Amino acid sequence: MPADTTTPSPGGEAVFRLRLYVTDRTPASQRAVDNLRSACQEYADDRYEVEVIDLLTDPDRAREDQIIAVPTLIRELPEPIRRIIGDLSDQGEILVELLMIPRDVAR
Amino acid sequence: MSDMQGSRWSAGPKLPKAPTGIRGFDEITDGGLPRGRATLVAGSAGAGKTLFAIEFLVHGALEFGEPGVLMAFEESDRDLAANVASMGWDLVGLERTNMLVIDSVDATPADVVAAGTFNLEGLFIRLAAAVDSVGAKRVVLDSIELLFGAVGHDVMVRAEIGRLFRWLKERGLTTVVTGEQGTGGGLTRYGFEEYVSDCVVALDHRVDEELSIRRLRVVKYRGSFHGTNEYPFLIGEHGFSVLPVTTIGLNYTASEEQVTTGLPDLDEMLSGDGIFRGSTMMISGAAGTGKTAVAAAAVHAACGRGERCLFSSFEESPSQLLRNMRSVGIDLDPYVQAGLLRLWSERASAFGLESHVVGLHEQLAEFGPSLVVLDGLGSLNRAGSEREVISAVTREIGMLKAAGVTAIFTALSHGAVLESTTLGISSLTDTWLQLRNVENDGERNRLVFVIKSRGMAHSNQVREFTLSDQGPTLVNVMVGPSGILTGSARNTQLSRAAAAAVRQEIAVDRGRRAFARHAQRVEAQIAELREQLETDREQLESEMDLETELQFTTTATETESGAARTADFPEHEPGL
Repeated sequence: MPADTTTPSPGGEAVFRLRLYVTDRTPASQRAVDNLRSACQEYADDRYEVEVIDLLTDPDRAREDQIIAVPTLIRELPEPIRRIIGDLSDQGEILVELLMIPRDVAR
Repeated sequence: MSDMQGSRWSAGPKLPKAPTGIRGFDEITDGGLPRGRATLVAGSAGAGKTLFAIEFLVHGALEFGEPGVLMAFEESDRDLAANVASMGWDLVGLERTNMLVIDSVDATPADVVAAGTFNLEGLFIRLAAAVDSVGAKRVVLDSIELLFGAVGHDVMVRAEIGRLFRWLKERGLTTVVTGEQGTGGGLTRYGFEEYVSDCVVALDHRVDEELSIRRLRVVKYRGSFHGTNEYPFLIGEHGFSVLPVTTIGLNYTASEEQVTTGLPDLDEMLSGDGIFRGSTMMISGAAGTGKTAVAAAAVHAACGRGERCLFSSFEESPSQLLRNMRSVGIDLDPYVQAGLLRLWSERASAFGLESHVVGLHEQLAEFGPSLVVLDGLGSLNRAGSEREVISAVTREIGMLKAAGVTAIFTALSHGAVLESTTLGISSLTDTWLQLRNVENDGERNRLVFVIKSRGMAHSNQVREFTLSDQGPTLVNVMVGPSGILTGSARNTQLSRAAAAAVRQEIAVDRGRRAFARHAQRVEAQIAELREQLETDREQLESEMDLETELQFTTTATETESGAARTADFPEHEPGL
């Protein structure tokens, strides 16, 4: 992907629709929420919607959306659908896999 | 392991069990799987792990009122339902009636990226939700090891699975976990046997001499008695069947009722009323001695009484069998049409021994025959080793006896020499008929004799046995100067005897007539002598009369002369 190295634009002009599955107050879940928020604010400006789903209050969503690991982040848009599991502490992976920032820029 | 410390083991009450409902398995495990604990079912691909697990759930729901949860990591719920529908199991229906929840876990690793630490809480939540939704007592995880590839981080997955098993145990859920066979020495690739310490079952599917044989072994069962052998099993029309030899035992009841063999003369040889119901009769003999016909006669008689019969042939197709039996006067067609007789033809080698055992098992349960014929046991030798054949037939006999079914086997023997397999089986049979061909004077005739018949006074006589379009018949055998006479030699002997009898009769008649003549002559002589006697008497009397007359005349003369001399005599009448 040809990239403008001075102003990295995640996924061009795409709008990001994200869902984050957590289990309420567990530390990993809290970290995931925090890490996702900071990454989006920094790289995706206002072009993102995030839905946070607490599986403890909505357990059926785990089955419906095929969730095994917690936390799980699903990028629904733009296509293709992406799944990232973990507390999102590895910011480089989030940028590359989720926000479509070229790997050499993310590093 | 920490939760094990401090707990005490005692030989207290018997370990509670959850019956699987799998035929044979509950017998070898003394009641089923350990209740409230996890059991590992390990085996290679296609060994039947999934089927075992699903059957455990289906029987649990249908027969034991225990709802279940199936977490399927390999197949979609739709595929699973379709795969087991052929066994007659309606997974969708069970889900509808809240006896089952199927949760297919998509563990394809393709689109998953790990970024940071995580746990498998999602899986726990799904399982808990499914268990709670139906009040499940049974859980199947098939095959949870697929998680290893799916999320990477094997160390974490291992720890989480350990936590999952503890959770299942705390919830008191009877669980079956399936695991793929490891390539090394281990039972499973990921060493699940470490977690599942209560019960481990190994399934095996191997091909011996081109015959596929499935075996099951209970590797470990903590706190419980279990059979340690490898048990053959089969995946049949109605699911999983484990067929242990040992469970059959010897505690079936022996019937006093006797049933006819269909041949009155044969019944006569067997103390008059045939063989005992529920007993086993073996008919051995060389090719063409009429073994099948004798068996078919018994079938004909049983169907005639309105009883159901199963005729299992290893050598002939149903139509061939019907035609051949019709030619010897045994018409079985009407009974086939009436649904009383079921003909089951399978080439032993094509079918496999174990599947025959299971097939018989299923036919007994489903059709409920009172008489079963296994025609051509000898051809089983092509289906397995001698040991396997004897083991299979032993189990079949055991099943038949346990079900109180009368059984007739036919087996080939070469002259007086039995095939070794037949010899191995003969000790298990109650009645043993031997058919034999005898050849002399350019003809071949059939003989039948009873080698043994337990529990009845049977004839030790050899009979001749004929097959015609009137059916098989037994005839009394003739013993001639040079041994047993059969066929035309017998007929010759018979006519010779008849001639002798006629001669004897003529002689007697002649004697009788001679005597009559003699008596007549004697009578005549007697009459003649009597005549003579009479004549003599008459003559004597007439001589005496004459004498008196003479005397009288003389006296009269003296009186007259006395009167003349004036003698003093009174006057007398002449005579006395």
